[in-house]
Order: sequence, then C-alpha cells, then structure tokens
Amino acid sequence: MSTQITGTLDAHGHLDHDHKPRGLARWLFSTNHKDIGTLYLLFSLTMLFIGGSLAMVIRAELFQPGLQFVDPHFFNQMTTVHGLVMVFGAVMPAFVGLANWMIPLMIGAPDMALPRINNWSFWILPCAFGILLSTLFMEGGAPAAGWTFYAPLSTTYSGDSTAFFVLSVHLMGVSSIMGAINVIVTIWNMRAPGMTWMKLPLFVWTWLITAFLLIAVMPVLAGVVTMVLTDKYFGTSFFDAAGGGDPVMFQHIFWFFGHPEVYIMILPAFGIVSSIIPTFARKPLFGYESMVVATASIAFLSFIVWGHHMFTTGMPVVAELFFMYATMLIAVPTGVKVFNWVATMWRGSMSFEVPMMFSLAFIVLFTIGGFSGLMLAIIPADFQYQDTYFVVAHFHYVLVTGAVFGIIAAVYYWIPKWTGVMYNERLAQVHFWCSLVSVNMLFFPMHFVGLAGMPRRIPDYALQFADLNAFMSVGGFLFGLSQLLFLWGVVRCMRGIGERATDRVWEGAQGLEWEVPSPAPYHTFDTPPVVK
Amino acid sequence: MTTTTHQKYYVPHDSAWPIVGALALLLIGYGAASWISRLDQPGAGSGPWVLAAGVMLLVVMLFGWFGKVIDESQRGLYSAQLDRSFRQCMSWFIFSEVMFFLAFFGALFYARVVSVPWLDGTSNKVMTGEILWPQFEAAWPLLKTPGGTETQAMPWSGIPLVNTLILLASSVTLQVAHVAIEQGRRLRLKVFLAITVLLGALFLFLQGYEYMHAYEDLGLRLDSGVYGNTFYLLTGFHGLHVTIGAILLLVMLLRIVIKDHFTAESHFGFQAAAWYWHFVDVVWLNLFIFVYVL
Repeated sequence: MSTQITGTLDAHGHLDHDHKPRGLARWLFSTNHKDIGTLYLLFSLTMLFIGGSLAMVIRAELFQPGLQFVDPHFFNQMTTVHGLVMVFGAVMPAFVGLANWMIPLMIGAPDMALPRINNWSFWILPCAFGILLSTLFMEGGAPAAGWTFYAPLSTTYSGDSTAFFVLSVHLMGVSSIMGAINVIVTIWNMRAPGMTWMKLPLFVWTWLITAFLLIAVMPVLAGVVTMVLTDKYFGTSFFDAAGGGDPVMFQHIFWFFGHPEVYIMILPAFGIVSSIIPTFARKPLFGYESMVVATASIAFLSFIVWGHHMFTTGMPVVAELFFMYATMLIAVPTGVKVFNWVATMWRGSMSFEVPMMFSLAFIVLFTIGGFSGLMLAIIPADFQYQDTYFVVAHFHYVLVTGAVFGIIAAVYYWIPKWTGVMYNERLAQVHFWCSLVSVNMLFFPMHFVGLAGMPRRIPDYALQFADLNAFMSVGGFLFGLSQLLFLWGVVRCMRGIGERATDRVWEGAQGLEWEVPSPAPYHTFDTPPVVK
Repeated sequence: MTTTTHQKYYVPHDSAWPIVGALALLLIGYGAASWISRLDQPGAGSGPWVLAAGVMLLVVMLFGWFGKVIDESQRGLYSAQLDRSFRQCMSWFIFSEVMFFLAFFGALFYARVVSVPWLDGTSNKVMTGEILWPQFEAAWPLLKTPGGTETQAMPWSGIPLVNTLILLASSVTLQVAHVAIEQGRRLRLKVFLAITVLLGALFLFLQGYEYMHAYEDLGLRLDSGVYGNTFYLLTGFHGLHVTIGAILLLVMLLRIVIKDHFTAESHFGFQAAAWYWHFVDVVWLNLFIFVYVL
C-alpha cells in the first residue's frame, strides 16, 4: 500500500488563521478533533490512575492471607469499580481519543464528520464517571457485584447505589454509541479522494469494525442494566425464577454484549500494532488484505461465542459444544494476525525505539493471553478454571499487556506528532523495561495459583498461595509505580521539553499523518489531499 | 470515490450546546438514580427536582442546538457530503435503537422458550421442576408464576388491534406527506403530516387506556411475573419511542406551518423524523405479533 500526496496542503503554512480559541472555553466548547482527542486521552489517563489505585488496594489486601486492610464488602467494591473504571473509563476512551486524533489525519479529512456530537460524546464521560465514583462515598458503598454484575448479586443482594450504577452505565453507553457513530460516518464519508477502502491504514479499518461492534452491543448493555434496575426497584422478575425469569438469562444478555465488548477493547490495539511494526521494520505490512479479513472475521465470531463465559452455569450440551468450537475458531484469524506481524518483521531493517518495544511485548504477551483463552475454551478444562485466578491471568494478559500496552505504544508513537516534541527515549525505555518485568511478576504467577485453585474476587486465600501472592503484589506495586514514569514522559512532551520532532518523525513511517507538520496544525486537510 | 471537486466540508465553530447537553444528562442520570433509590422511603428527596431540571435543560439544549443547525443549513453552509454524514448518522442511530429493542425481545424469547418451560421440567430439567415448584405448569402467557402471582392475559383483539391499524395508517399518511413534500404540494403535506401526528397521539391515548384496563380489570401489572415484565417493558419503551417520534413529527409540522421550512429538494430533518416513525412502526408490528398474538 502506498500513499503519496499530490494535492496541496494549503492550510499548513497559515497557523495564524488557525482561530485556536483561548483559555478554558477552548476545551469546554471544542469542535476540534485534535482537542477532543486530547481530552479523551487525558481523561483516560486520569481513569487509568484511579482504576490503578483501586487495584493497589486489592493487591495490598492480597499481600498476605487473612484480612489486613479492608473488609470483604469493601474489597468487592474495589474489584467491581476497578473493572468498570478500567474497561469503560480507561481503555475505551483511550481508543476513542486515538481515533479522534488519528483517523481524520490518516484519511485526509478536515475533522470528524459530526464535530459537535463529538464534543458531547466526550463531556458525557466525566458526568458518567462522576456518578459512578460518587457511589464510593455513599452510605452502603459502591456497587460490589463485580464488573459483570451478575443477577441476583446486582438485584436481590445489591446495595442502594445500584440505581446510580445503572444510570451511569446508561450515560457511558450514550457516549460510546455517539462516539462510534461519529467514527463510522467519518471513515465512510470523509475519506480523501483516492483513499479507497483497501488503502485505509489498518488502524482505521480496525476502528471501523470496532465502531460497528459498539453500536451493535452497547444498546444491549443498556437493555440489561435496565432490567437490573426494574428487577431491583420495580418488582419485575426477569432474573428471578419465582416470577418465571432466570438469573442465567442475565448472563446470556450480558455476555452477548460482553464478548464483543472485549474485542472492542483489543481490535484498535491490533490496528496500532499493525501501524507500528511496519514503521520500525521498514517494510510494508505483510498480508494487508488478510489483516482486514481477519479483523472482520473476529468481529463476526464475537457475536456467537458469548456462551463460553457461562460453561458452568447451565446450558444444554449441544450449546456448550457450539460455543466451544466457535471460540476455538477465533484462534484462526488471530493467528493470521500474529503470523502477519512476525512476517512483517522477517528480514526487516529493524530498530527498537520504545513504540516498537511495546509492540513486540504486545505480540508475545497478548499471544500468551490468547493461548490461555484457548485453554479456557475447552469445556472440561474450563470447569476446573472457572472463577479462579487463571481467568484473571488470562484477561489481564489480553487487556493489560494487550490493550494497555497497545495504547502506550500508540502514545509514544504519535506523541511527537501531537506535541511536536520527541519523548525522552531513555526515560521511555526505563518505563518499558520496568513495566515489562513488573507486569509479568504481577500476572504470570496468577496462572499457577489459579490452576492450583485460588478463587478470584475473594479477599482471603489458603496459606499455600501466600508466597506467590506476596510476589504478585510486589509486582503490582512496581507496575503501578512504573506508570508514573509514563506520566512523567507525557507531561514532558506536553510542556515542550525535549528535542523538536521532524514532520516524518520516524524514518520508516508511511501514511498521511506523517505528511503534516509536527505538531499537527490546529486545522489539517481543509482541502482534501489527493491520494494516489 | 467520486471525482467531483469537494465543496468545503463545514466544520462548526465552538459550541456550548454539547456541554450543556452533557450537564443535562448528568442531572437526569443523578436525579433519576436518587429518586429511584429512595422509592421505598417516605419523601422523595431532591431526586425528582434534579431530574426535572435536567429534562428542562435538555429541552433548552435541543432547541438551541437544532436551531443552530437549522440556521446553518438555511444559510447554505452544508454540502452534499455533510448531508450524507447526517443521513448515515441517523441510520446508525436507528440501528442502535433496533439493538436496544432486541435485548428486550431476547428476554421475551428466552422466557418463553427456555426459562418457563425449564421451570416446568422440560427436556433434562425434570428435577428442576420437581424440586423447585412441583405445582407449576408452564404456559404462555404466564398467568400464574411459580411463586404464585396470578394475572390475566391481554387479548390481541380490541385495543391492540385498533392500535396496530392506527400505526399502520400513520405510516401510510406519513408516506403521502413525504411524497407531497417532494412534489412541493405544501397543503397536502401539512394535512397529512398533521393527520400522522394525530394518529400518533391517538395511539398513545389508547395505549394509556389499555394500561389502565390492564391494571384495574386484568390485574396485569409490571410486577406480575415475566409475562407482565416483558409486556410492560416492551410496550412501554415502544410507547416512549412513539412519544419521541410524534414530538419530532410535530416539530417538523410546526416548522413547515410557521416557518415555511423545507423544500422539495432539501428536507432531511423531515426525512429523519419519517425514518424514525417507520422504525417505530416496524417495532410495533413485531410487538403485536410476539407480545400479543402468538
């Protein structure tokens, strides 16, 4: 795929015509995709540290067996809010922020298709999380039913904050759906002349498919939380067998949303890695078309595998077998992707700047998470693994060393374009190695304690798990501290400390986003470039 | 990709309306939550007031925001490309609404096909039936729950059938209005759009009457087991959407009558409202079949 620009980028020399608003109003009322992207990314970073602090409470409690710091009910609130904040507050908004910043630049559009709706999508998020986090300070505490809020934990046995939790999820859904519609319409309608479908950068492709998943499943989440609300407060019995309903029905509806949701959190990371690897291998992406097809296949399969989350909750055997085989099928397109990344590097002229390091770590560690997922897909094995720390290890490998590492790689990769300043490579390398070592100290032993039977979501554990848990907690604290290095690196760039970045930034970088100056002017591609 | 030269895509200046909208949703969310969470306590607290303030702010925002969009459109700032953005946006929004209803239809089908028969011991769930509620007999509509709550079924003949005909008729009259706007026949447009809005209002009135009948005569309540749950949530959310759709069409009617908006070529606001109305109509047809008839 080659993108060469023949059109003129006439707005670029005229920074004085940028009409960049001043002060707070710039951020509150913005219709600029770059400003809104920045807002999303900063919000996500804030949520990463808030969600991370909750995880620190969890790891502190689990440092030793027995109850040390918090009571079990508060522990449950920590696991619940940690999950909700990380999923809906940190990972998803980070990807939306990256989409905001990069998609218009990558496809040669002047902005997102619907700039005001874009601003609305963002500002709903702080409102939603304001409501959610306020429950931590309410009488009875925050929701404590887990981020999956299974009925009847979230209905019969939940606290008074359930209504606040439900309404905050509704707001998150409104935000996500509008954001996703904006992304789809932008990609569909705003591509520069000559930017045909099969020339789109992979990040754009993965986001297009992610946005489709979001619009398809966020309303289902809204439906299921509504049923939780009416079951708890209005006497309905969707999830109560005495009224003809079924608690298992909650799981079916929830996971119909939930499984596509986990791909919503990984597909854009696939796109990021597919952008970074070719740059630092100085070779075009291997198997571009197969990458697109693989992404679409994964998205399709994500709708028919939800039952693998509920093998032990009661389903006809035929359904279990269907879900098992469908789940294993996902390994095929995912494998295509991993092999393509490896093949892209094959005989490439590689260099190992920090975006590449995080991408390489992504490939290896995400694949570990993928393999443990395959183990979990095997029904009889899953009967053993269900609700143990093995599951916790699995989804943290795909979400932390997968999604979060992908986001961090993207930030290092594109921050010179955003700020015009190169990040400090030495600081970033220290950040990378500290993160890599500590994240594996934190999550790898979870496989072992999980296989040995340590249950998740319990603040206490049997004595034989004590040493590994202490080790994991140390890893957790180190991983949390390591992210302060990331924060430092980002703040340096934002304050303009460091080397000036060139327009192309990376020697091997290809694509429209590298054709505009660094930092990217406030308005880009007012006149669409012509892509050959 | 078209080779025509692009008219410059209109990127609006800063706008305060989005953040006003976000604030409105914050008040609505927080107000509704604090109201609902105190339902079982005496005194409603501040929740209803916060909620009302949020709704009012939302209405103000909608007036302001749409007013701005209409103004920009009338000043000719919008290109054909921007028009496509609006159309695609509305289409995807309707798709998201379809998925929202699908969640509740999913619950309905699950209850009918899976959970109710299982509670009676169908297939390999014999012991479930024997141990939990041996007296329970599966049936749909579920007139007696395993827990013993009893109700009567809402027949499909009568008001539901009349309402079906009303909504179908309203889709036809709306289509007539749509053709009229494209042909520039303004009087015909006004008359048929007004009839559509009236049919929508009539539907809502009858729906309210049906609910009263259900509560007072049939004992069919929101908490009457999973039959009542799915009945009220599906018809209730549909009714909410009819209300929204009727308001949209009413606003279009007022714009046409008072401000003489829309032309034969340019009338996407009207068209979007019409799409929404037809979508609501299709949802009702499914409701009528799966909630009432079958």
